[in-house]
Amino acid sequence: MRSGGARWGLRLATLAVLGFIYIPLAVVIVYAFNASGTVSWPPAGFSLRWVQAALENSGLQDAFKTSIVIGIGAAAIAVILGSLAAFAVARYRFFGREAISFVVVFPIALPGIVTGMALSTTFATVDLPLGILSIIVGHATFCVVLVYNNVIARLRRTSRSLEEASSDLGADTWQTFRHVTLPAVRSAVLAGALLAFALSFDEVIVTIFTAGGVTTLPIWIFRSFRLANQVALVNVAGLAAILLSVIPVYIASRLTQDTGGVTGAKT
Amino acid sequence: MTTRATPATRSDPPLRRLAAWLHERPRLRLAALLAAPVAWLVLLYLGSLVVLFLNSFWLRDEFTGLVSRTFSLDNFVEILTGPLYRTVLLRTAGMAIAVTLTTGVLAFPIAYYMARVASPRTRGFLVVAVLMPLWASYLVKAYSWRLILANDGLLNWLLGPLGLRGPGQSEIGLWLVFTYLWLPYMILPLYAGLERIPHSLLEASADLGGRSWVTFRRVIFPLVIPALAAGSIFTFSLTLGDYVAPSLITTTQFIGNLIYTNFGAPDLPLAAALSLVPLLVMLLYLALARRLGAFESL
Repeated sequence: MRSGGARWGLRLATLAVLGFIYIPLAVVIVYAFNASGTVSWPPAGFSLRWVQAALENSGLQDAFKTSIVIGIGAAAIAVILGSLAAFAVARYRFFGREAISFVVVFPIALPGIVTGMALSTTFATVDLPLGILSIIVGHATFCVVLVYNNVIARLRRTSRSLEEASSDLGADTWQTFRHVTLPAVRSAVLAGALLAFALSFDEVIVTIFTAGGVTTLPIWIFRSFRLANQVALVNVAGLAAILLSVIPVYIASRLTQDTGGVTGAKT
Repeated sequence: MTTRATPATRSDPPLRRLAAWLHERPRLRLAALLAAPVAWLVLLYLGSLVVLFLNSFWLRDEFTGLVSRTFSLDNFVEILTGPLYRTVLLRTAGMAIAVTLTTGVLAFPIAYYMARVASPRTRGFLVVAVLMPLWASYLVKAYSWRLILANDGLLNWLLGPLGLRGPGQSEIGLWLVFTYLWLPYMILPLYAGLERIPHSLLEASADLGGRSWVTFRRVIFPLVIPALAAGSIFTFSLTLGDYVAPSLITTTQFIGNLIYTNFGAPDLPLAAALSLVPLLVMLLYLALARRLGAFESL
């Protein structure tokens, strides 16, 4: 594969795949600014009327706010659980340590529909009413792994000798945590939180099973895409969904620099 | 962090005193760290899977519509013998295999380019360029394909002048959509796997007279099998359990659609039994992937 021809072939294939990856995203963005209310190609021209209409649509607004609240709630729980588990696995030797890293990945390695069915069946069995809380519980469950992966990767790279040095220099456990450990993992925790938010914000497969009557932004899209009079609004909602998942992920990847913690861990 | 912590005195703030107190008791510290995550993941998540498992043996009374909690294998008998279920199960498995193979083939050139041809700068750019769309709203991406594949959509507009038509809202269209949706999940592990191959191995193969194709088949391919297996966990699992993309693109039923339709009112125990199928298939798949070394490449 050293020859010039093969190199050009690879370059072309790479460009083609990138085009394949980006064109559908571009299509939704273009339609969001379409002058016409239909979705036939080509679009009729540039207009902000559907953005305007989306800003005035209370159902869409509520769905958007609900998704933000859920994203923040799920990310908060994931930060607590993921960081605790990462500290335990990275800093201690104990029976069942391997199992922890396995069980953390489990909710994301299994098909979303299994997680959704399992949680909704359980909620029904224990009579927990479905709603924002049950959605947050479900999202937090598969978001833990994102924080866990980021924090444990950082802890493994942060030498323990720094903590030992701090302790040798007379710092107590709290000071060591406050001035040595926390600064080292802070950006990794934040990156994990952003990823958790991004994943929660656009999750739909598990959400539908745990939502009850609550409408998140993806559920709003899922209910509206068939309705002819809503389709133009769906495009604007889609644009919002793309931005609110891509921007946090971009910041997260800057925070962690190497993308090791980001890849390969999303449903 | 073993010794020399200054003993806590009365004047210290409570948090510091707690930290000092815990410092003397590493096992207690570990328990404090693990209690919440283990309770959540084991009790809530694994517990839920057990509840799902139990539910699948229960029955829904045809007349009252209530679930009776008596043990029965009827749901499984229905799934295994009902012609509808068998067709749908095979269709879903076929789709998952087809999508996994296609993503593997499509991912290879770009992953190879990223790992072994591109300059470090381009490589960094490409990793981010592949990573971003992976996270962009899954639902919106599937929805966008609904627009692209529509009769008056982008694809037919492009193909029209050539006298061709796109696959439309068919199973072929859905196969394209799934391939699109899960492609980044295959590219990234494959890229990581290709990057790990020592350059000396490729040189050795070339020195021993291996042409490009032979080097690929005898050296590169065997070395990236764990990475391919890692990527395929995602492409396979995600296709297996999806009901949103199928309902956006086609009217054809997949196993996810059956679970979803039975979940609402009709028959929760049957839906529970049905969802054990992707769970079981996935557990077998994970075991296979583990043998191929996928877990070291995740």
